[in-house]
Amino acid sequence: MSQIAARQRLYRRSRTSIFDGFDPILTAAVALLLLMGTLLVYAATRDWYARNGLDPQYYLKRHVINITIGAFLAYGTTVIDYRLLRAYTPIVWGLGVIGLIVVLIPGLGSEVNGAKAWIALPGGFQIQPAELAKISIIIGMSMILSERSHDSNEPGSRDVLQALVIAAVPVLFILLQPDMGTVFIISASVVTIIAVSGSSTKWVIGLLLIAVLGAVVATKSGVISEYQVKRLQTFVDPTADSQGAGYQLRQARITVGSGGLIGTGLFNGPQTNGRFVPEQQTDFIFTVAGEELGFLGSGLIVLLYLIILMRAFSIARRTSDPFGRLVTTGVIAWYAFQIFENIGMTLGLMPMTGVPLPFISYGGSSMFATLIGFGLLQNVHARSRG
Amino acid sequence: MNQRSRLSLLVVQILIVSLLAALFGRLFYLQIAAGPKYRDAALSIQSRDVVAPATRGLIVDSSGVPLALNKVGLAITIDRITLDKQPDKGVEVLKRLAKLLKLRYKDVFTNTRLCGELPKGQRAGCWTGSRYQPIPITKEADPDVALQIVERSDQYPGVDAQPISIRNYPGIVGVNGAHVLGYVGPLTESDLAKGNGKQYFRSESIGKAGLEIQYDSFLRGTPGIRTVIVDRKEAITRESQNTKPIAGDHLVTSLDVRLQAATEKALADAVQRGRTNGYTSDSGAAVVMDIKTGRILALASYPTYDPNAFEKGLTVQEAADLFSEKKAVPALNRALQGLFAPASTFKSVSVVAAAAAGYDLNAAYNCPAQVQVGNRAFQNFDSKDQGRMSLKKAIAVSCDTLWYQIAFDEWLRDGGLRPKSNPNDYFFKAAQAFHIQQKVGIDLPSESTSRLADRAYKKSWFEQNKDFYCNYKTRATKAQQTPFLVQLAAENCVDGDKVRAGDAVNFAIGQGDTVLTPLKLTQMYAAIGNGGTIWQATVGKAIVKTDGTVVKTIEPKKLATLNVAPSTIKFLQGALREVVVSGTGAGVFAGFPIEVSGKTGTGQVFGRNPNGTLKDDTSWFASFAPSKNPRFAVVMMVGQGGFGASTSGVGVRKIYESIFGVVGNKVVPGAAIYPSGKPPTTLPKISPATKPKGTP
Repeated sequence: MSQIAARQRLYRRSRTSIFDGFDPILTAAVALLLLMGTLLVYAATRDWYARNGLDPQYYLKRHVINITIGAFLAYGTTVIDYRLLRAYTPIVWGLGVIGLIVVLIPGLGSEVNGAKAWIALPGGFQIQPAELAKISIIIGMSMILSERSHDSNEPGSRDVLQALVIAAVPVLFILLQPDMGTVFIISASVVTIIAVSGSSTKWVIGLLLIAVLGAVVATKSGVISEYQVKRLQTFVDPTADSQGAGYQLRQARITVGSGGLIGTGLFNGPQTNGRFVPEQQTDFIFTVAGEELGFLGSGLIVLLYLIILMRAFSIARRTSDPFGRLVTTGVIAWYAFQIFENIGMTLGLMPMTGVPLPFISYGGSSMFATLIGFGLLQNVHARSRG
Repeated sequence: MNQRSRLSLLVVQILIVSLLAALFGRLFYLQIAAGPKYRDAALSIQSRDVVAPATRGLIVDSSGVPLALNKVGLAITIDRITLDKQPDKGVEVLKRLAKLLKLRYKDVFTNTRLCGELPKGQRAGCWTGSRYQPIPITKEADPDVALQIVERSDQYPGVDAQPISIRNYPGIVGVNGAHVLGYVGPLTESDLAKGNGKQYFRSESIGKAGLEIQYDSFLRGTPGIRTVIVDRKEAITRESQNTKPIAGDHLVTSLDVRLQAATEKALADAVQRGRTNGYTSDSGAAVVMDIKTGRILALASYPTYDPNAFEKGLTVQEAADLFSEKKAVPALNRALQGLFAPASTFKSVSVVAAAAAGYDLNAAYNCPAQVQVGNRAFQNFDSKDQGRMSLKKAIAVSCDTLWYQIAFDEWLRDGGLRPKSNPNDYFFKAAQAFHIQQKVGIDLPSESTSRLADRAYKKSWFEQNKDFYCNYKTRATKAQQTPFLVQLAAENCVDGDKVRAGDAVNFAIGQGDTVLTPLKLTQMYAAIGNGGTIWQATVGKAIVKTDGTVVKTIEPKKLATLNVAPSTIKFLQGALREVVVSGTGAGVFAGFPIEVSGKTGTGQVFGRNPNGTLKDDTSWFASFAPSKNPRFAVVMMVGQGGFGASTSGVGVRKIYESIFGVVGNKVVPGAAIYPSGKPPTTLPKISPATKPKGTP
């Protein structure tokens, strides 16, 4: 009896803390990445902005604001009632799809680097509906696949098909932007969620086949725009487009490679300060880490990601709730494939796409979505303790 | 969680760990394994070197008078990268520019092409540097013209005008010196590739010939380098290094500008004299050496070229003429690159041979009109029978038949066509005593090795040619199929590897396959004059820093000692004096107030000129003076110049007049180039403003 009383005391005390349910290792790793990201965003922009007579802290300030807003969102996601989360998901999903339609309407969506992915808001703010769509797809699919319509221990074909529709609608609109990087990440997450949901293996294999087939057809039939093809060609043969994508990828590799073991020191990278790599505060931010922090610093970033993902796997294993497990799995797949796509592109392992690096890249929508994902992990973690 | 979910989760986990491991591996490869390569690549992206060329060191004569200095020029340069981006590849711009500079478009076009861009045979005047450096059209543009180009940059894209330091050969007292001084030119790709320990930069000019290339590592100095770090827009973000250029060191030579000018003039006059006397007279060389040190006091080759033309910008015609056979290849430095049969000047060697063979140098010998050598009669010069005379006199009048007889007798004694296993070879050994096959070792590039036609030479010559002579009917051209040449080929095929009687007797009078550079002959006569020391020839005396400190002195070097009995040398000196007193040189030196010893030479040359005429004789005069205590050796050679005395002898006299300050037949006090009778031993003060003595 005394044991039960002790656990109840502990339970009550932990309930009183606002950090209740937070996984300390996961939280520490994320905090460290956010800190490094802040320094890297500043390093990527301060010199150039200062030399061109602009505010060198412009990006730094906005990045800190993004993190602050994101932190509140993460906290909200952590403590929110599960039922509420399920209740809001259709609304979030619907808003995401509407946003994805809006970006395609000329005059409303703004085009950056060949993709119509942003909605411009007054005051210079932009939102990227695809980032929010990721979350709604993960929660929506998890809901359907964890609710059993009959006594079976695994989702039936109807459930899987429903879940696929939830994913397919936003993916279709993202394909039209086109943002192949995000399509790749969502597709990989969808397959992972279905696999872990316990659905028939036929579904998993079938979906993988469709993905491969889809990629081939898209490349051949011209669904993928010319600039996408060019990026792919450049990946196969870096000299194919020496001034465009090939130039960027080569510059990125040179910048990372020139960092060596310990790097040039923060703020001291000549490649970074000379802005030889484009988009270096967003998609190519890893080049800044590579040049200025060297193998030790950029390796640490990869290591922190590994820690986060391993913690997430352990959360997925410990929870007894199928919904929580699928949400966690979805977030893991999303993070992992986005990290691999972004760093892989920088290092020349993956073709060039425009996806940001989680927790590090500058960008509001991406930062919010990533931190909401973090909140979801914590939420599942907190419930699994009960 | 069911089994399948658990398994799937594990598979996903393994997959994701592998993906991150792949990132780790790739990161390790890029930053650690290939890190240095990428660091270099990054450096070439970020940094730009701005090279400030160093001021090139001066080349001065032994009294400090500048032979080569620097002056400020105005360069009009072409940027090929910009030009090639024009719709018509810059044709219009170049045409406009040619008109403005009053040049021919064809020249401007050729001057701005890389040599590899032009078809073979049309490369004269091409740009030897790279596409990435500004290509100068001229370095001495009119300031008004330069201003027009700079102000109308829309009309002249890729054309620039800027002041630069250019090499200048001031030609004080009319001196040319091209063959000694050389010239400078743009760095070529092969210069860059060679490296030779020094780092070169594309925009540099380096020595290309003569002393300029020989002492380039001292003269060029170290260019200043400012390395700047740039950003993507090529804006400079900071400076990573900035070294000031270090001026090149000066080269003090043993030349004297007045003597050099006089030597060049004497040579040009000699060539002209040869022509006036009806000879082709197309080339020549003259050398003045200090016989106590081997230092070169003057060295000239004819025809010459303007060393300043390279900086002005060579026209296609000028560039082609430099190596044109019709213009007698002005680029060739005949004093050390030309090989000629020494003719009678070689009889000094024969005297040494005769003495070694036991002939009495003080006895009397016959000088008949001809000597029967085997089945051929060898004629005396002009087939003149000069009777019986002392050997000394025979040298003076340059008797040939005396030497035919001795050489033929010795050849027979050595076994003739079936030589003994250990022949005496007095004549070959005498020539070897003079180290004929060893280079003079002068500090100028591309010296030719003189050739001694001894037994070894005959063997190697035959190895190379027996195929031709033994298959003469099929290998020779139609014009070569004359009965005489066919007969000669047949003989060559049988015993071409043997020294034949004809070879032996020709050797004794300096004809046949033995050929010397004029510089080699100078060294030989210097050794006779100084009593037997064979000196290395040197032009450079010292390398001196701009602040006057001596970096390096170039000391005279004994190459060898003439292994000849002192009594023979003494006899030879007397005989050579006799040449000028009563022999072939007497007329030319009649009344000359300084005693001169020397030997004439009139060498037969076989073959034809490009215009079809037979080649004329080579005119030689080799000498040293003053006879009592010799200090200077002077040798002149005029190719196809006719007689030794009348063409070259007169030229040598003119050079001595300059050395000793002789006008008419009198020594003018204070007019001698070396007042103390010998070249200066101390180093002069160096200033670009130094004037030669005796000029205002």
